[in-house]
Amino acid sequence: MSYLELSHVQKSFGPVKVVHDFNMSIEEGEFVSFLGPSGCGKTTVLRMIAGFENPTGGTIKIGGVDQANLKPNRRNIGMVFQAYALFPNMTVAENVAFGLKVAGASKPDIEARVKEMLDLIHLGHLAERYPYQMSGGQQQRVALARALANKPKVLLLDEPLSALDAKIRVSLREEIRAIQRKLGITTIFVTHDQEEALSISDRIVVMNAGIADQIGTPSDIYNRPATRFVAGFVGTLNILEAKVENRDAATVRVAGRSITIPPANLNGAGDGAAITVALRPEALSLSKSPSSDVALDGRVTSVNFLGSVIRTRMDVEGQQVSFDMFNNPGLQPPQIGDIATAHFKASDVLVIPN
Amino acid sequence: MIGKRFWSWLAVFVAAVYFIVPLLATMEFSMRMRRGTYSFDAYRSVFADQRFAETFSYSVVMALITIAIGALLIVPTAYWVRLRMPYLRPVVEFVTLLPLVVPAIVIIFGYLRLYNSSSWLPLTNTDMGANALLVFGFMTMSLPYMYRAVDTAMRTIDVAVLTEAAESLGARWPTILFRCIFPNVLTGVLSGAFITFAIAVGEYTMPSLLNRPAFGPYLALIGANKAYEPPALAMIAFAMTWVSIILINITTRLQKGAAGAR
Amino acid sequence: MAATQPLLNRRLITDWLGIAPFALFAIMFLIAPTVYLVSGAFLDPNGNLTLRNLVDLFQPNILAAYIISIKISAASAIGGAIIGFALAAAISLGSLPAWVRSAVLTFCGVASNFAGVPLAFAFLATLGRLGLVTIILRDVFGFNLYATGFNLLSFLGLTLTYMYFQIPLMVLIVTPALDGLKREWSEAASVLGATPWQYWRMVVIPILWPSVFGTLLLLFANAFGAVATAVALTGSSLNIVPIVLFAQIRGDVLHNPNLGYAVAFGMVVITGISNFIYIWLRMRAERWQK
Ligand SMILES: Nc1ncnc2c1ncn2[C@@H]1O[C@H](COP(=O)(O)OP(=O)(O)OP(=O)(O)O)[C@@H](O)[C@H]1O
Ligand SMILES: [Mg+2]
Repeated sequence: MSYLELSHVQKSFGPVKVVHDFNMSIEEGEFVSFLGPSGCGKTTVLRMIAGFENPTGGTIKIGGVDQANLKPNRRNIGMVFQAYALFPNMTVAENVAFGLKVAGASKPDIEARVKEMLDLIHLGHLAERYPYQMSGGQQQRVALARALANKPKVLLLDEPLSALDAKIRVSLREEIRAIQRKLGITTIFVTHDQEEALSISDRIVVMNAGIADQIGTPSDIYNRPATRFVAGFVGTLNILEAKVENRDAATVRVAGRSITIPPANLNGAGDGAAITVALRPEALSLSKSPSSDVALDGRVTSVNFLGSVIRTRMDVEGQQVSFDMFNNPGLQPPQIGDIATAHFKASDVLVIPN
Repeated sequence: MIGKRFWSWLAVFVAAVYFIVPLLATMEFSMRMRRGTYSFDAYRSVFADQRFAETFSYSVVMALITIAIGALLIVPTAYWVRLRMPYLRPVVEFVTLLPLVVPAIVIIFGYLRLYNSSSWLPLTNTDMGANALLVFGFMTMSLPYMYRAVDTAMRTIDVAVLTEAAESLGARWPTILFRCIFPNVLTGVLSGAFITFAIAVGEYTMPSLLNRPAFGPYLALIGANKAYEPPALAMIAFAMTWVSIILINITTRLQKGAAGAR
Repeated sequence: MAATQPLLNRRLITDWLGIAPFALFAIMFLIAPTVYLVSGAFLDPNGNLTLRNLVDLFQPNILAAYIISIKISAASAIGGAIIGFALAAAISLGSLPAWVRSAVLTFCGVASNFAGVPLAFAFLATLGRLGLVTIILRDVFGFNLYATGFNLLSFLGLTLTYMYFQIPLMVLIVTPALDGLKREWSEAASVLGATPWQYWRMVVIPILWPSVFGTLLLLFANAFGAVATAVALTGSSLNIVPIVLFAQIRGDVLHNPNLGYAVAFGMVVITGISNFIYIWLRMRAERWQK
């Protein structure tokens, strides 16, 4: 029995169905990210868990208790919003104390807990500031402290970092993860930044148009995408059309040549079936290494310098293939128009179910 | 959720009754002139009265003069304060807000004492002088709205940059003011102008105490002497208010559109 | 240094020349008249300093005028503020269709400007002795409004009339403040365990009271200075300050010009205080509206 269970949850706004059959279970203390493009229903699922929206169908259980008839203020859930949503008329300390105060805690208890929370986010010295006197990153940490002060059963974070600049985003996500580990609180973290999701989650739910396309650990999601959407959304994949040549020998025809892949990767596609194969940019290389066993020739169409890596795109029999190589000042990068050969291991080829 | 929406509808409904019933009643009353049947006789009678046209056109002319002089005074001032004397802004803003504090009747009382026939500047002696006083009075009353509207428009165009650009092209200041600044704050001037117009045309206290043949005193006179014409006039005034509000909305929307397009 | 000095002065002179027309206008037609009246309130007819005029404001008929004026202004401001706030809350927070909101706001823009003489006519046609509502109440419901002592030319009648422009003014000023309440605030409060009432008490009211109370004062000042509606509605039968002042300007009914100045001074003091508190509170309120 999992701690947080969503089964067959659906939501429609009028005639528009924005969440289709959504199923997932989260263990106590787990950190789960919802990853997906804008408008796919991440916020809607979160708001149903918090109780702001009523599901049109399905059940949501926390610790085995059906939440259907509980108002948001009876669910004991912590929530952090994208736009901080601190109460502007209260100081930092008063904001953090809010939940304790409405719960009727005694004054000394409130003070102790507020201090504990502010120390947790390293903002004890700003306790008397008002929200408008603080930076976005500081406000978001206060919002986190406020959400945690009541010891909620579940912590929901809706794109808490997307209003912040890149540097703070990285340090704050690590801080959030560290605090979550320390408190062992069950957490759902919504983001549309794949790197963010991959770096801090126990598990990731990749959502697409109101459906959970794949639920798995970061390495599952990245290395074994279950659908073409997941493969495309997480990382920048090379997608190539291919055909199964011989199912038993596990050979497929890609870009005019035949390669042999691990039979398990075929996922049972039969002889002659049209399939899609995917290759991560980092699986390809311009130089032949001992383990690479396939080579693709093509014409270089673009070369992008990205700092530590150089991303090169080339045209292989009409299909675009892009790959990364480390920036090496001693080596001349390929030029546009060059004929180049990309090497890779057949075992790195992913077959995406159509 | 249901409860909230119910109370909201109730509030809107009660307010609608309070606001619409007097309009209906006024309309109904204004059509009672012919015995036993509804007619537009009262409106006909209003428009047939020569003083209606006279006083109304007098008030309109005074309002237009007020707007013209007001714009000529306020646009350069707001421009100058923004550009050259930003340290004076609080003072100027305070002065422009003063008319909200000093009621019109007090201001006009002051005029009558300062500029009467026995004073150093006997403006009330002649019609022209009294008209001028009326115009200045209207300008004073509309100052808070006019200045605010123009100043807001100037904020959106960043006058300093515009001026530097014009200067670097060799323009002299009258050119800058009339060719660059005025056209750009026109929507602000316009929305201030409509408010000024609405204030000036209907104003009673000032023209009445200055003995000017204006529309406001005429309305009061009709009110004291006639039965069915006053509600007809009220309906006409209400319609005119609608028109000016719609014009204000259109100009402010244009202004927002212009600001958004930048 | 010595070389730049004259240059600086010339610039300063052009600076002041640029603002001279406005300064002249403001002094001649706004500041001087006010200062003249205010100083006149402290002088006796021979030009000696005195507080006599201010003391005389407390003679029964003038005091009564101030009291009834303050009562009408306060009642119409409070009534207008309460109803206006309810209406603003309904259109801002009540999840009503969008057209209701824009219809109400547009109408309020019109009604807040529909004052003065025409407004008086409209209410005479509604609640006067022959007004439509009076007649319907009498003929359809058998209820004689005027037999209850109601009179449009009274405290209640004037208050009811003034509310016609007070309510819309309140709606127009308070709706933006209500719109400034973020949905996330109420959601954050409710996930933190607060009831709607706790949310209002601890968040909404502290945020809104400066604008609501400030607007209340503005409405008060607004009603206090309103002359035309009162004159057109009541002739000079109702003893309120603007009418007293109006009559005094017309014909020195107080037989003491300086007492007239004192009456004007009293008006400026009352509208001035309420307006300044209003402006101060607005600045306070804007602190959170970023
Ligand atoms: N109250 C509502 N009424 C109608 N439609 C809604 C409502 N709330 C959300 N939607 C629609 O539901 C869909 C999912 O919205 P949701 O906010 O859950 O997306 P999201 O995944 O959180 O996107 P983002 O990354 O942009 O925040 C969207 O198409 C949105 O337009
Ligand atoms: Mg969202």
